[in-house]
Amino acid sequence: MNLHEFQAKEVFRKYGIPVSKGAVVETPDQAAEAYTKLESPLAVVKSQIHAGGRGKGTVYEKDLKTVRLQGGVKLVKSAAEAKEMAAKILGYPLVTKQSGPHGRIVRRVYVEAGCDIDRELYLGAVLDRKAGKPVLMASTQGGMEIEEVAEKNPQAIIKEHWDVGLGLQGYQARRVAYALGLSGDAFKQFYKMVMAVTKMFVEKDCTLLEINPLVVTKKGEVLALDGKMGIDDRAIELKKQPDLEAMRDVSEEDPIEYEAASYGLNYVSMEGNIGCMVNGAGLAMSTMDIIKQAGGAPANFLDVGGGANKDQVKKAFKLLLANPEVKALFINIFGGILRCDVLAQGIVDAVKEVDVKIPIVVRLEGTNVEIGREILKNSGLKITAAADMADGARKVIDAAGLKK
Amino acid sequence: MSIMVDKNTRIVVQGLTGEAGTVHGNGMLEYGSAVVAGVTPGKGGTQWESKKGAKVPVFNTVEQAVNATGCNASVIFVPGAAAADGVMEAAAAGIPLAVCITEGISIMDEVRLRAFLKEKKTRMIGPNCPGVITPGQTKLGIMPGYIHKPGDIGVVSRSGTLTYEAVWQLSALGYGQSSAVGIGGDPVQGTDFIDVLTLFNQDPGTRAVVMIGEIGGTMEEEAAAWIKANMKKPVVAFIGGQTAPPGKRMGHAGAIIQGGKGTAAAKYDALRAAGVACVQSPADMGKIMKAVLEGKAA
Repeated sequence: MNLHEFQAKEVFRKYGIPVSKGAVVETPDQAAEAYTKLESPLAVVKSQIHAGGRGKGTVYEKDLKTVRLQGGVKLVKSAAEAKEMAAKILGYPLVTKQSGPHGRIVRRVYVEAGCDIDRELYLGAVLDRKAGKPVLMASTQGGMEIEEVAEKNPQAIIKEHWDVGLGLQGYQARRVAYALGLSGDAFKQFYKMVMAVTKMFVEKDCTLLEINPLVVTKKGEVLALDGKMGIDDRAIELKKQPDLEAMRDVSEEDPIEYEAASYGLNYVSMEGNIGCMVNGAGLAMSTMDIIKQAGGAPANFLDVGGGANKDQVKKAFKLLLANPEVKALFINIFGGILRCDVLAQGIVDAVKEVDVKIPIVVRLEGTNVEIGREILKNSGLKITAAADMADGARKVIDAAGLKK
Repeated sequence: MSIMVDKNTRIVVQGLTGEAGTVHGNGMLEYGSAVVAGVTPGKGGTQWESKKGAKVPVFNTVEQAVNATGCNASVIFVPGAAAADGVMEAAAAGIPLAVCITEGISIMDEVRLRAFLKEKKTRMIGPNCPGVITPGQTKLGIMPGYIHKPGDIGVVSRSGTLTYEAVWQLSALGYGQSSAVGIGGDPVQGTDFIDVLTLFNQDPGTRAVVMIGEIGGTMEEEAAAWIKANMKKPVVAFIGGQTAPPGKRMGHAGAIIQGGKGTAAAKYDALRAAGVACVQSPADMGKIMKAVLEGKAA
């Protein structure tokens, strides 16, 4: 789960991580009000979407062709300007390097007090899977994409793995601060900040945290000028972070993926037209692969897990059919504990109840597979049985009318 | 030959009295596994009865189970919020092998668990895995026993049902399995590919290995480097998620391409460079192993 910048900053404030004053608004009038309340001659109107690269992005008309505004982060010097920028942005798609070609509709902007920047730094944290620990990353190359820095100038990135039980140690915070060339009061502020950042990363079940840029102002203040936070979905599912769960922005998520998650199904949208239903993530991924290799295009990834009974199959069908692009369905189930006859009956019942009209190819393997295949054959429905995965992929591509 | 478990392994099932524990406790007993104890806090002193009438004593703590029954391996069916604690309890009780089936443990809990286990002698398999099986002898987990055949092909995988697919293909071609180990789909695991490949390499009962990986992380790349330097037996590998879009978690918590890293293509490149026979289609895993063993070009 991702948080918007304004939400990440709310969490930062709770942990004492310094941020500029700011307010999130939904209308141009509110933007003007917010500017006035800030009492800062310079302010920034920032588009709030779950994608980076907003500053260099482009706001388009809804046709995605005509440019409305260059840049999704705009400096303003008056309430009227704040209102003007907000009017240009709110309700329109912002396309950035990370948003995908359709961009994201901007529903809120964050009006933040401007500051006089002296230095731009980078501070982030991420899980290092191999080490099994989170790692703090810092660099003097603030404002740049960290992956670019990692590629062009890896020595510019300072790393500190820290022990989750012990927390970041003082010597580690000092090492990073010295490496960033900080001294005096800025050093002290950064030290406090990095302690808070690592504590927050663990306590809030983060998978990703980025403050880019972290700035030192001309007045010597150390501020988090941007904030990006990714939260472990598992922690949300386990109800460990109710305050963060309340911040979830469903409009930024794929509606079918969101609905699937509410049923306990793992669904990821793809671009093709063959709907897939599989039990097991690895088998589901390789089902997409084999369809592609046979010349077809999977419409989705869907792992129904161990619960492929009639109800789950019905829900899965509804999700797959909610996508108008889908021309045929491929069901690939390896029944272990789940018996193939039970699955087959579930599929037949679900097809009848949901009134599926497009061709369905089913590949069943495992316990009671022969009984399962008989059930499908005798159902009177337009269900084609496949002998194995490769056969299933070929048959469903034919059925979708995509023969090469 | 077995690499981790055999017919003498004495199993305690943590969460035996729950839904999953009961279904799979029955499954393990039916396969011939020696399930000698169950642990459910609050149900100590009771007995769990299998479908066929076998009675298994239930204890409040793993320590009590060890003292009473001498169990030396645990299978954990505890729900996500408490599963890491369950593994820690098994490790603290000195159980040498803990197989954590549970899917849905938070990443921070897995990080804490990794640190805890560093100081213990317990090997954890998983989390989020189907378990480990030595065909013909014992299974610790949820895999369907009947698809397996005793033999000399080792199988190690991050997946569940895709592993069954591989085993099915191998068995159908007459190639039985020495052991099949599911290391699980999570980003922070107890046992990685290198751990299992090392055991297969040393096992006189294993002649070749099927390795099933997927997108996310760098475990396959690290395994490739290890294989190049150490592996004395043929390895056949399939990587799932060749068509997965970047940035999306594909079911498994660990199956995600991030910052351009963890792609199937990169894993295949590394494995190929290490002399591993790479399989593009999941339908061909058995076929390619056959070709490799019969000396044909991979």
